[in-house]
Amino acid sequence: MLTSISITSLYVLDQDQALDFYVGKLGFEVQTDQQFGPMRFLTVALPSDPGHAVLLERPAPPSVGPEVADQVRELVTKGAGGGHLFLTTDDAHKAHAELKEKGVDLPEEPVVQPYGIDFGLRDPFGNSVRIAQMTPSPTS
Amino acid sequence: MSRASEDSNRRMLRARDEMDRSYAEPLDVPALARVAHVSEAHFIRTFRATFGETPHRYLQRRRVERAMFLLRSTDRTVTDICMAVGFSSLGTFSRVFADVVGEPPSVYRRRGPLAPVPSCFGMRWLRPSEKARPSERSAVPEKPGDPARS
Repeated sequence: MLTSISITSLYVLDQDQALDFYVGKLGFEVQTDQQFGPMRFLTVALPSDPGHAVLLERPAPPSVGPEVADQVRELVTKGAGGGHLFLTTDDAHKAHAELKEKGVDLPEEPVVQPYGIDFGLRDPFGNSVRIAQMTPSPTS
Repeated sequence: MSRASEDSNRRMLRARDEMDRSYAEPLDVPALARVAHVSEAHFIRTFRATFGETPHRYLQRRRVERAMFLLRSTDRTVTDICMAVGFSSLGTFSRVFADVVGEPPSVYRRRGPLAPVPSCFGMRWLRPSEKARPSERSAVPEKPGDPARS
C-alpha cells in the first residue's frame, strides 16, 4: 500500500539559521526554497537520500496564531518540540571530526551502542539530532 | 513569550544535556551554571522554572535511570553500577534508588533485560518521574503501607 516517507517536517525558529546548520554544517542540500505567501516553503535532503526531504518550517501566523507560535517556540527551545532526526553515516568518528572542524557544538563523543556507534547533538533551536554508524545486521 | 526566554530555555537545555551525558562525573551546580552561562543562583531557579524540577533532582533521577538500565542490561555488581553512574556511596545509592523506584536495586534487576532501543529513547522514557511511579508500581506488587515510599 504505502511505499515510503517523502517529507517529514521539523519546526525551526529561523529558516536562514536552519539552512546554515542543516546545509552548511550537516551536508543536506536545498531541495525546494520557494516563497509561499508569508512563508518560505523550504525543504532539504541528503544528497545520498533525495527521496526523503525534511521540511524546515517556522511556527508562525497565519499557520498558527501568535500565542500558539510562542508555545511551539517555547517547547522547541526546551527540547520538547518533537523534532528528532536519526541520521546514519558510514563512519561515525569521521563524521564527528568533520562536524567539529566546522565548528558544530558537539557535546558527545561517538559511543559504541548495541546497534552501532553514535553520538547526539542539537540543532540551534533545540531539536535533537543523532548520527549513527549502524552495525550491519547478520542477514544483510 | 520573549526571545530572551527562548535563549534561556536553550541554555537550560544545554545544562540538562550535560547531565544526561556526564552523569558519571562529580557534577555540581557551579559546573552546570557555567555550561548554561548563567550565575549559580540564577541557574537553579531558572532550571526549575523551565523543566519543573531542580537540577539536583534531575541529575539524581538520571543516575537512577542509568543504574536501572545497567542492572537490567549487564551482570555488573550493584556496587560497581552505583559507582559507574556517579554515586559515591553505596548507602546513598541504595536509599535513593529504593525511594525513587520503589524497590531495591537487587529486586529491580529481576525484571530482566530491556528492549534494545536507541539510548536516547531509553534515557528519555526510563528516567523515573514522580508521576510515572504508580503505574510502575502496579506492574510489580510491593508490600503495602511502606511510608518511605510515599
